[in-house]
Formats: sequence, structure tokens, C-alpha cells
Amino acid sequence: MDNGYMLTLVGKDRPGIVSHVASALYEGGCNLGESSMLRLGDSFTIMMMVTCEDNAHAIEQAVAPVAESMGLRLHVDKIDVTLHHHVEPDVHIVVYGADRPGIVARVTGVLAEAGLNIINLDSNVGGTPAQPIYIMHIDGVANEGVSALESALEIVTKEGVDAKLSPIETMIG
Amino acid sequence: MAQLEILKYPDRRLKEVSVAVDVFDDELRHFIDDLEETMRAGPGGVGIAASQVGRQQRIAIVDVSSKPKVSHHGKLILINPEITKWEGFTKGREGCMSVPDYTGNVIRAKKIVVTYVDEWGKGHEIETQGFEAVAIQHELDHLEGMLFLDRLVSRRNDLFKRKVYQE
Repeated sequence: MDNGYMLTLVGKDRPGIVSHVASALYEGGCNLGESSMLRLGDSFTIMMMVTCEDNAHAIEQAVAPVAESMGLRLHVDKIDVTLHHHVEPDVHIVVYGADRPGIVARVTGVLAEAGLNIINLDSNVGGTPAQPIYIMHIDGVANEGVSALESALEIVTKEGVDAKLSPIETMIG
Repeated sequence: MAQLEILKYPDRRLKEVSVAVDVFDDELRHFIDDLEETMRAGPGGVGIAASQVGRQQRIAIVDVSSKPKVSHHGKLILINPEITKWEGFTKGREGCMSVPDYTGNVIRAKKIVVTYVDEWGKGHEIETQGFEAVAIQHELDHLEGMLFLDRLVSRRNDLFKRKVYQE
């Protein structure tokens, strides 16, 4: 069986990084599974599930020259590659408010206590430099039901953030 | 009744355009029974199109009555269906028995009017909205050789891009 790895690359964003990294992996005999690339601020970030006949050292050898030439830091972890086991979110939550320290910790804390398992989260800072606002999108599984999460969100909305929860009903046709 | 085999993408037959039904006989009705059984056997399946089992004819079944808090018309057998009116937009998550283990966000019309004939060739017109309207649009796409993969919108971004206002 092939070995599975999580490959992480971080560095200053510039065009062409994904194609160079993907080519290096392909030429190194590796296969890509799921991946997530994001530009955060002006940084390039990507995490890729990679399977490879060889060991982690071989992946590093394949990718290191590209990483170095493009100014990226490379990190490789051994993982179990489990494809075809998607977990379907059943709730989508948007939280936003004036930016202040601790929003994410507070909101995700009460939601976790109410049974939320986060599948996907992204957050952004918008507004103006003088009045920044924080916006967070969360997809997750409501392990203890949607009403438990609604009650949890009531707590944080009393503390001055705005939150909106919508159930996700996936249509299978 | 028999359960039929569901074609899975990348089977190219899923990308073909289906032809209209012009014979309404027992063979057709027998096929529709099998198609319904196949739909109900799928995990959470609320709709199916004939092209998903390799019969390239304009036949679809939709039944969302098992979903809680959803307005619906019960079991709909949609033959030679046409959407004659569209209104509004809605974003929802969709999956497909022909595309296992993947779901994504798709934008659909919120409210539609559909004309169709049933398995006896009798004409009908319904107005529907929400989950049932989404299911009908998904199935009618199959008749045009379209999958929800052709209509995916970004997992991360919202329905409408921010407008850039000019002073």
C-alpha cells in the first residue's frame, strides 16, 4: 500500500506556485488527494493529501527544490489517507461583529459545548483599519441538534456579535 | 419491480440529451415502477432521471415528501417536463446518486412553474418552490445531459460577489 502524507507549504504568494508544486509531485511519482489552497493576507498557503510509493524523505526531495526556488517553507507529516469518507455538514453559521480579541475562541467555545463539529471554517477581517469587523463562516455537524446551537448563539449575540444559523438540507437526486 | 443499475460519472451517457417520450404503454409504466424503486433504494434519494439508469428519455421522478418541513406535491412522475417560469435565486447543497461521495453548492431558481405529462399521457402544470423546486431542476438537468457538477459554485464564497461601487 502507498504511504500517505500531509504536505504543507507556506510563503509569499506569487502566480504559478500550485502548478510548479503539482508538477514536482507528479514527476516524483506522487498522487494528490484532497487539497486546500488559500491566500491568507498576502501569504500563499496550501495543504495537500499526497500518496507516494516512497517515504516522506522522497516527497521532500521532490518538492524541496521547487519550494526553495519559490521561497516556500515545506512541512511533511505522515497521515492515514482516507478518501471517500466525506462528512456532510448539516448546518451553516455566519458570525460577524466589531473585531476584538477572543471572538473566535468565545464563539467556537460555546458552539463546541453545544455539540458542533466544525468541518470547514474561514474567517476574514473587513471594514476599515479604524473600525475592523470580523466575519466567520462555519460549516459543521450539529451532533446535539440545531436548537442547541441556536441557544448557544443567543449567548454570544447578547455579548454583541451578530450570528445567523441556517440548516443545510442536502438534496440527493 | 426491479432495481436498476445507476450509471456513475464519468459514464458519458450521463452527458447525453434525452429524447421526448411519445408512447405511453405498459412497458413505460413498468419502467417507471422500476425507476421509482431504484430512487427509493438510494440513500436519501428524493429524485431520479431515466438517463441515470441508461434510458435516454425525458422521464424523471421527484418525491420530497419524506423531508420534514418541506412543502410538496407528493410523488411527481414528470414526463416531457418543461419549466415555463422561473423566479428568484436560492443556494443549496446538492448531491447525486450518479456522483457518489461528493456534494456541493448550486444556485437554482427559488420558484418555478413546470408543465409535464404523467405516465398515462395526461397533462399537468404545477407551481412549486424551495426544496421540491430544487429537486425538479436537478432532475430536469439530467435530461439535458447536465450534472450538478456543471453548476457548482465556490464552497467558500457566498452567493453574490461584492459589488464595487463607484463614487
